Amino acid sequence: MIHCYQFEGLNIVLDVFSGSIHMTDPVAFDMIQWYETEPAEAVMAKAMEVHKITRADAEECIADIEKLKDEGKLYVPDKYAHLARDYRKKRFSIKALCLHVAHTCNLNCSYCFASQGKYHGDRALMSLETGKKAIDFLIENSGYHKNLDIDFFGGEPLMNWEVCKELVKYGREQEKLHGKNIRFTLTTNGVLLNDEVTEFCNKEMHNVVLSLDGRKDVNDRFRVDMAGNGSYDRIVPNFQKFVEKRGSKSYYMRGTFTHHNTDFVNDIKHMLDLGFTELSMEPVVTDPSSPSALTEEDLPVLFEQYEELARLMVKRYNEGKPFTFYHYMLDLTCGPCIYKRVAGCGSGTEYLAVTPWGDLYPCHQFVGDPNYKMGDIYTGVTATETRNKFASCNAYSRPECQDCWAKLYCSGGCAANSYHATGDIQGVYEYGCKLFKKRIECAIGVKLLTSGIDQPGK
Amino acid sequence: MTRIVTIETRDLDKSVKEGGCGECQTSCQSACKTSCGVANQACEKAE
Repeated sequence: MIHCYQFEGLNIVLDVFSGSIHMTDPVAFDMIQWYETEPAEAVMAKAMEVHKITRADAEECIADIEKLKDEGKLYVPDKYAHLARDYRKKRFSIKALCLHVAHTCNLNCSYCFASQGKYHGDRALMSLETGKKAIDFLIENSGYHKNLDIDFFGGEPLMNWEVCKELVKYGREQEKLHGKNIRFTLTTNGVLLNDEVTEFCNKEMHNVVLSLDGRKDVNDRFRVDMAGNGSYDRIVPNFQKFVEKRGSKSYYMRGTFTHHNTDFVNDIKHMLDLGFTELSMEPVVTDPSSPSALTEEDLPVLFEQYEELARLMVKRYNEGKPFTFYHYMLDLTCGPCIYKRVAGCGSGTEYLAVTPWGDLYPCHQFVGDPNYKMGDIYTGVTATETRNKFASCNAYSRPECQDCWAKLYCSGGCAANSYHATGDIQGVYEYGCKLFKKRIECAIGVKLLTSGIDQPGK
Repeated sequence: MTRIVTIETRDLDKSVKEGGCGECQTSCQSACKTSCGVANQACEKAE
């Protein structure tokens, strides 16, 4: 399968199953598409007529196309379905936990999927004992995995900061005893982010996710405290101090955009103006009846915004002021292998969320849904049927994905998004698919425009 | 080739043999937290 598109004057051909990317002139762009279904002679005749090229030119182009086909870089057939089917079924070792150390929050964001940190349940903090048991559970069930991920999540994890610190200390002891490498991460709203937290994070946290939606009015629309006051003025100085001291260590400034700020590139620009360069901006996923839900009418606006974001990234790159956008990060030469691409995120199998009480869920987005409780850290995963269902979610498990060029980039999409959009983790969140495909097209476009390689004929 | 430039990318077919170590980061863990996208993950072996 090939996917051909134009982006900022580039003609781009993706060969889906080899992972190859080609840039072409307009003649080859058409001929590659025609040759997928038509014989060489017909393709050449069409090219000579449409593009007014000579027979010799057409023959040369066909020869190049056939060479790429022979080299396994064009029209490579799909042969990975069996990998998708077998990969997760063979192994149920766990490598990542989302530790819900605080089911409470010091903000009261109205769009919060976790219902202001409570996950539709009681407010609670994870005890040190439960946290330690969760780390034991992870290590005991990690099998062959050496690299383990533990995310301090909430609610607001800094509301249980002393426990977080003790758990890092415990994790460091245990990883040495068991030959593991634990990467701790923290997601925070910034309200309690102070010098002491910053210093600890810079020593121990592999990554820190900072929540800010962008411009003051955008951020303060949803991200308010219990009294309804916006959080921007409190958190932005904390974030700036944090990032200044973070050095080259990984962090993301992460925002959510909604129907109310479909011009989200202005929020990205605002984050850049504040001095942040590692950015992530996510479309809200919420009940379609909510006033903040993205609509069909928003889609063309969002597509244009993603293109504008790509142009901004190229411009800043050329000016020597590059920045990172999470969804445009692509490592073309050292990116994920085919197993990762077909198998997806691992929710419900190698990735689980742990509540303050030690209950297990497939991921943070299912926490609080009794249908998806998978067991607990004391007895392990008992809902094997649920686990098997998550294990069977992959790039090949949904009929709608069969002919989609993007399936090896998304691996079938987010199970939680599918569930919330369709009621089934094997469903398809079509709106998300449209945004995802646009993002991948833009991401590849940015890569090519900053590669230093010229398109033929330019 | 005068009309086509091929960009260097990881050969997915070859990665059937060399990939699958399972050590890479879980996809949305610690970054976006709301949508799966494996494309932007880095390979642990390549690092």
